[in-house]
Amino acid sequence: MSKGRYGEYGGQYIPETLMNELLNLEKQYDFYKNDSEFQEELTSLLAEYAGRPSLLYFAEKMTEDLGGAKIYLKREDLNHTGSHKINNVLGQVLLAKKMGKTRVIAETGAGQHGVATATAAAFLGMDCEIFMGEEDTKRQSLNVYRMELLGAKVNPVYSGTKTLKDAVNETMREWTTRVHDTHYVLGSVMGPHPFPMIVRDFQSVISEEIKSQLFEIERSLPTAVVACVGGGSNAIGSFYNFIDESKVKLVGCEAGGEGIDTEYHAASLTKGEVGIFHGMKSYFCQGNYGQIAPVYSISAGLDYPGIGPEHAYLHDVKRAEYVPITDAEAVEGFEYLAKCEGIICAIESAHAIAQAMKMAKIMNKDDIIVVCLSGRGDKDAESIQKYKLAKSNNNSTNNNNNNNANRDNGYVGGI
Amino acid sequence: MSKITEAFSNGKAFIPFLTAGDPSKEKTIEFILAMDEAGADIIEIGIPFSDPIAEGPVIQNANLRALANGIHTDDIFDMVRDVRRKSNVPLAFLTYINPVFYYGYEKFFKKCKEVGVNGIIIPDLPYEEKEEVVDVAAKYDVDLISLIAPTSDDRIKMIAKTSKGFIYLVSSMGVTGVRSEIKTDLQDIIREIRKVTDVPVAVGFGINTPEQSKNIAKLADGVIVGSAIVKIIEKYGDDATHYIKEYVATMKDATRI
Repeated sequence: MSKGRYGEYGGQYIPETLMNELLNLEKQYDFYKNDSEFQEELTSLLAEYAGRPSLLYFAEKMTEDLGGAKIYLKREDLNHTGSHKINNVLGQVLLAKKMGKTRVIAETGAGQHGVATATAAAFLGMDCEIFMGEEDTKRQSLNVYRMELLGAKVNPVYSGTKTLKDAVNETMREWTTRVHDTHYVLGSVMGPHPFPMIVRDFQSVISEEIKSQLFEIERSLPTAVVACVGGGSNAIGSFYNFIDESKVKLVGCEAGGEGIDTEYHAASLTKGEVGIFHGMKSYFCQGNYGQIAPVYSISAGLDYPGIGPEHAYLHDVKRAEYVPITDAEAVEGFEYLAKCEGIICAIESAHAIAQAMKMAKIMNKDDIIVVCLSGRGDKDAESIQKYKLAKSNNNSTNNNNNNNANRDNGYVGGI
Repeated sequence: MSKITEAFSNGKAFIPFLTAGDPSKEKTIEFILAMDEAGADIIEIGIPFSDPIAEGPVIQNANLRALANGIHTDDIFDMVRDVRRKSNVPLAFLTYINPVFYYGYEKFFKKCKEVGVNGIIIPDLPYEEKEEVVDVAAKYDVDLISLIAPTSDDRIKMIAKTSKGFIYLVSSMGVTGVRSEIKTDLQDIIREIRKVTDVPVAVGFGINTPEQSKNIAKLADGVIVGSAIVKIIEKYGDDATHYIKEYVATMKDATRI
């Protein structure tokens, strides 16, 4: 079996044209990972530019209101560019620069990873092109403008379902056209080896900080760590330094969309099957003789038909538990956190809040839940407002088509 | 010698491609038979996939058209069975690893042998991952065809050494699709390959004119053409048979040097 395996998952299922580039990336990463100069430079970028360490905030009112476990929020939303994406992006763009690349490319769903990549490229003086599904460019035109403002070229993707999956396809195609000067900044713990490893390493700063910050305050480990999962980068970042602490419960929240018994969800572990796609063996929403299924979530950042291979492994060995959270539950979590704690979080992160709300109530007062608040919710405010409006129209007119209207009009936000 | 390798024993081979089910099952069968009559030495049949990452827009769209027609793997096996009643031309599938994995490797390759598929090309299965299917493909006499790219460099010999059927040499960077010019130094790559194997080398990606066909035939053992044919099918649909036949005959003729 090839390198980069998590149990049977992972691997390098990618066209031959990219193989030498992947091998070189792995070699270079192995070197720089242990290069003190590189690590110092990255640490200083994370501290002085991205604002790390991020706060570990005790959500006292939420804790009191739910009446169970203590809830702490890991405030990745307070990072520069507004999400955990910057942790990975600064690492990869710095690595690309050391490798002598002059140009970076990236996929994005609703724009958070694209904005983070464009930001790092502007700051580190690299050319940057972002690939974004045409549907998503329409839904998130403000993010398109932000990326352009940062000097990136945004290429709308017209193929397939015109969303995140297709943006990944198109970025890979672009990479096969031009590898000599270009690095593909993959946005999550997915794709061919070494990406799941590199992205996880750069994101593991989240759990490293949680561990020391919580110890400082509580002198203990958390009882549970909860994070949302699309590809799974903020979740693996939040889990990683707790994987060997078997008492710490790890919970990933998948996009349950309109319910996992409908066709409209993106719950690849709960409902998907093992497959091989986007360079990795993992779980995918698929059917019809192995065609990748169109998926749906209110959150564009979780609207992806697969999940990173390390999560597939943690799921199989039952080290982590993965639960679906519906759109309605996520919106409830989004509103609850805003009213209760004065924090408007990303609709992705609201999936984790919704799960914490369920769990806290039935846990003891000396238990501790840490929720990764992966991003901020400014980008989602408008779409949630529209979602609520459509729902209330739905209730008053009893018109069942409103759910569809919601999906079709793209009232979604996300990473 | 395998049926695929044998196809290279009468001069240079011309290898056309089409996507199964575009525009229909019946027409795909008709097109394959027409290509055989026009002198095709091996025919590549694409099993459509929702996300073909090595394909340019022309073949991507053919995949989507075929899937929209409801075509699936079992239909394609049925089509091959029908073709085999009238033709003995060597056939190779081109598809992505997920449809094969989903069908089940054992079941898939067994079926290939049963209906008469002689080879398979899987663009997202590089050397490092070939053990997924290499044994089961061999068990059912299906040649797993290796790809070598302009970026393969020090990997060329390693890949060539264990190749079966023929070597698919990717002419250019990027995805499939017609190109006006092929810039890669193919001669250098072929020289490297020749140091370790006699397996025939066929060049694909970007080739569409008789002149290109002729130039490639001077260097390599075979010429692969996909997008140019799919474009004809896109343009003429059900009426494409005559145009395909004419094009394949012209391109094959250009390889006779």
